[in-house]
Amino acid sequence: MAKIIINQDRCKGCFLCVNFCPKGLIKKSVKLNKQGLNFVEFDSNGECIGCMQCAVICPDCCIEVDK
Amino acid sequence: MKKTFKRCQSLYDLPAHYCPGCGHGIAHRLVAEVVQELGIREKTIGIAPVGCAVMAYDYWNFDCSEAAHGRALAVATAIKRVHPQNIVFTYQGDGDLAAIGTNETIHAANRGENLSVVFINNAVYGMTGGQLAPTTLLGQKTSTSIEGREKKAHGYPLKISEMLALLPGVCYIERVSLHSPPEVLKAKRAIKQAFKNQINNLGFSLVEILSPCPTYWGLAPKESLDWIRDVMQKEFPLGRIK
Ligand SMILES: Cc1ncc(C[n+]2csc(CCOP(=O)(O)OP(=O)(O)O)c2C)c(N)n1
Ligand code: SF4
Ligand code: SF4
Ligand code: SF4
Ligand SMILES: [Mg+2]
Repeated sequence: MAKIIINQDRCKGCFLCVNFCPKGLIKKSVKLNKQGLNFVEFDSNGECIGCMQCAVICPDCCIEVDK
Repeated sequence: MKKTFKRCQSLYDLPAHYCPGCGHGIAHRLVAEVVQELGIREKTIGIAPVGCAVMAYDYWNFDCSEAAHGRALAVATAIKRVHPQNIVFTYQGDGDLAAIGTNETIHAANRGENLSVVFINNAVYGMTGGQLAPTTLLGQKTSTSIEGREKKAHGYPLKISEMLALLPGVCYIERVSLHSPPEVLKAKRAIKQAFKNQINNLGFSLVEILSPCPTYWGLAPKESLDWIRDVMQKEFPLGRIK
């Protein structure tokens, strides 16, 4: 099983990772981060396959992947 | 479990000033990863443009110089000729490379300077407020073509990559895109090829990257990527040009 770690303070809420995760494991938060933006959250109960698509598309290099 | 993706040493751990979903952030990371993977961080010199990427040197953990608007390839020529052992590249927008800097671009390519160019085509002048660029598509609305680009008044989208491919000094030109994760990985391979060509003394290499500017396209980040996929790449076909 794989997982991702999101730097939520750095996240700009572009939601590209949300759009490209094939497992639908990344969700918009309702809370705001220090920048005043809706960051994203990872559903650690889902089946992350470590495909790295979220990390590859993130313009702000906010995502690390462990596999 | 082991780390399969993380920020590399060539990209400082700093917040970037770009708008949400901006392609510059992805392209910066790709350049950093290529420099890291080729093991050339200590001898790489990047030339930052004028445009939204004017502060690229703050994000890359290797030597950089700034250049006046459009003059990146003139500065790169000088640095490479004085320091031929270093790996020198420019990073330039469409306004920088194909409007104010067209002259420097064409002559550096025509001289076959042994340089690598990362050309960010976002079809607008981002930094100054989304004005029409040479690469703006026909019909595309910008702050200086509010009814859309019109061929009689504004001319046609400039295919500078195809034009440069005619020059004998040019060894490699490829057009890539950032519109999906697989395309981002292809873009990285092309950037790596451009750097390898320089390492092998093959001459002038350029990678044109179709890159989203959600802010001045008036689209959400994902819609911007879809616009590249569905519209922009029809005008600017992807693939190896030379
Ligand atoms: C000599 C000079 N002329 C004009 C400008 C204003 N200017 C700054 S950036 C820019 C265009 C940038 O567009 P582009 O190269 O496409 O970069 P982007 O911001 O889209 O990444 C212009 C015209 C300037 N800084 N210097
Ligand atoms: S690594 Fe793949 S499956 Fe896991 S969160 Fe990222 S995009 Fe989704
Ligand atoms: S792609 Fe990056 S910046 Fe955009 S929402 Fe996901 S983590 Fe945040
Ligand atoms: S204006 Fe466009 S190119 Fe400039 S930072 Fe914003 S999205 Fe990126
Ligand atoms: Mg531009």
